Amino acid sequence: MTAFIQLDRLSKHYRDNVVLENLSCKVAEGEFVTLVGASGCGKSTFLRLLLGTESVSSGQLLMAGKPIEQEPSPDRGIVFQRYSVFPHLNVRENVVLGIEFVESKWLGRLFGKGRKEALEKADELLSAVGLEQARYKYPHELSGGMQQRLALAQALIKKPKVLLLDEPFGALDPGIRKEMHDLVMGLWRQYGLTIFMVTHDLKEGFHLGTRLWVFDKVRHDPHAPNRFGSTITYDLSLQSKDKALTIAAIDEINAQLQAVE
Amino acid sequence: MRRLINLQPNRVLKIALGIIPFLLILLVYQIGSDIRKAENEQDKLLPSFAEIAAGINRMAFEPSQRTGDYEFWEDTKSSVKRLSIGIAISAVIGLVVGLAAGAIPMIAAPLSPLITAISLIPPMAILPVLFIVFGLGELSKVMLIVIGVSPFLIRDILQRTQELPREQLVKAQTLGGNSWQIILRVIFPQIVPRLLDAVRLSLGAAWLFLIAAEAIAATDGLGYRIFLVRRYMSMDIILPYVVWITFLAFTLDWCLLKFSRVVFPWYHAEK
Repeated sequence: MTAFIQLDRLSKHYRDNVVLENLSCKVAEGEFVTLVGASGCGKSTFLRLLLGTESVSSGQLLMAGKPIEQEPSPDRGIVFQRYSVFPHLNVRENVVLGIEFVESKWLGRLFGKGRKEALEKADELLSAVGLEQARYKYPHELSGGMQQRLALAQALIKKPKVLLLDEPFGALDPGIRKEMHDLVMGLWRQYGLTIFMVTHDLKEGFHLGTRLWVFDKVRHDPHAPNRFGSTITYDLSLQSKDKALTIAAIDEINAQLQAVE
Repeated sequence: MRRLINLQPNRVLKIALGIIPFLLILLVYQIGSDIRKAENEQDKLLPSFAEIAAGINRMAFEPSQRTGDYEFWEDTKSSVKRLSIGIAISAVIGLVVGLAAGAIPMIAAPLSPLITAISLIPPMAILPVLFIVFGLGELSKVMLIVIGVSPFLIRDILQRTQELPREQLVKAQTLGGNSWQIILRVIFPQIVPRLLDAVRLSLGAAWLFLIAAEAIAATDGLGYRIFLVRRYMSMDIILPYVVWITFLAFTLDWCLLKFSRVVFPWYHAEK
């Protein structure tokens, strides 16, 4: 397996608080990794390391052989649970912004022909996520699910290599969530993305990914709960044909998560 | 019987209940005026409504014998001009400095403590300094408003800028925006309606500083007039002037709110 993202004895701590310790893993291009675990287990911290808003304390986090940039950049798109879209721009303008930032260095805004071309590109993506009817609406006029669709379209216009999803559907109704799952699976195949998705919902994790990581603490010190950090306790390939094995693993992980909570 | 906390006045009742206190004040005033007039017909403390109307007429609709101007309108013009220039300058300072400091930590670090210190200086205490430095002309009156209001605006805008969801700024970076583009396209448009809110909140203070400055050194203006006629105990002029100032303040506030609602509907929908 050629590693696209590589974790090499990676640790993250804030002063005395150890969040992640000793993570080593390889992820190939085009994988869909879902990250589950109890709250506070460091899965979101790991996502922020990938995003570049946090830096590793020791070890290495490599993308295509190079350490990940210490700043968010266009090759790693993100969709948060909330606040991913800009409330002062309408749906189209939200998507076009990604093009305008590149093509208009000083104004960050396109006019005339350039704008028209950019809008056409945006419209293509909007129909890919099913928002063509809502082109002129503002985010406050959209439902939660539609806002997340918009956030996806925004991210995809940059053609990112990696797409990071931080509990993107956590605030949505179960019915809408199902639709969004189908959408994300479709986009993942269509754009050949490498996806890392944090979720609370174990079932969602199994259903969506090609690979499931469970974050948990291996060692506990009852007198100093922050002494030890989490690591990846399970790294399951969800593409294996052996369903029985997977189902057994679900039960075990479920029991473990419940014990922690 | 429903609980008192659940009883809502309907539309008509709500309006009626809103008007009643104003009518009561007028009534109490009328009674008070009548009582004093019965004792002394020359009483100037609580002039009758007829006297007040005559006062308004004299100031607003008859040219002054001394200058030939309609003093009420001249006063209004000067005061509103000083106020709007002062507010406009303060708003620009508040926006530029507050936004820069709120968006760029390297600017906030040296500025923030300074602004906090400056905003604690009572502006009235440095009014004499302004008169000495800027003279007794228009500039010192405008400067008092600017000095009084802009530190508040800067601090408010700084805070509003820092309150924008962190997620949005990260998202903008993943869309390839540089610092300047993000400030221009993401932060600035979202801060403008918040600036209007802050300006509305600072209007009261701005009027206070304007009237104080006019009372001390001016040759026209609403504040100047009130303090001038005080020497003759002309309540028939002071009272309508106060009502007029209140009305102007209300109108300005209302216009800013309307403007904000029309131009930034997404902002008001969000709240």
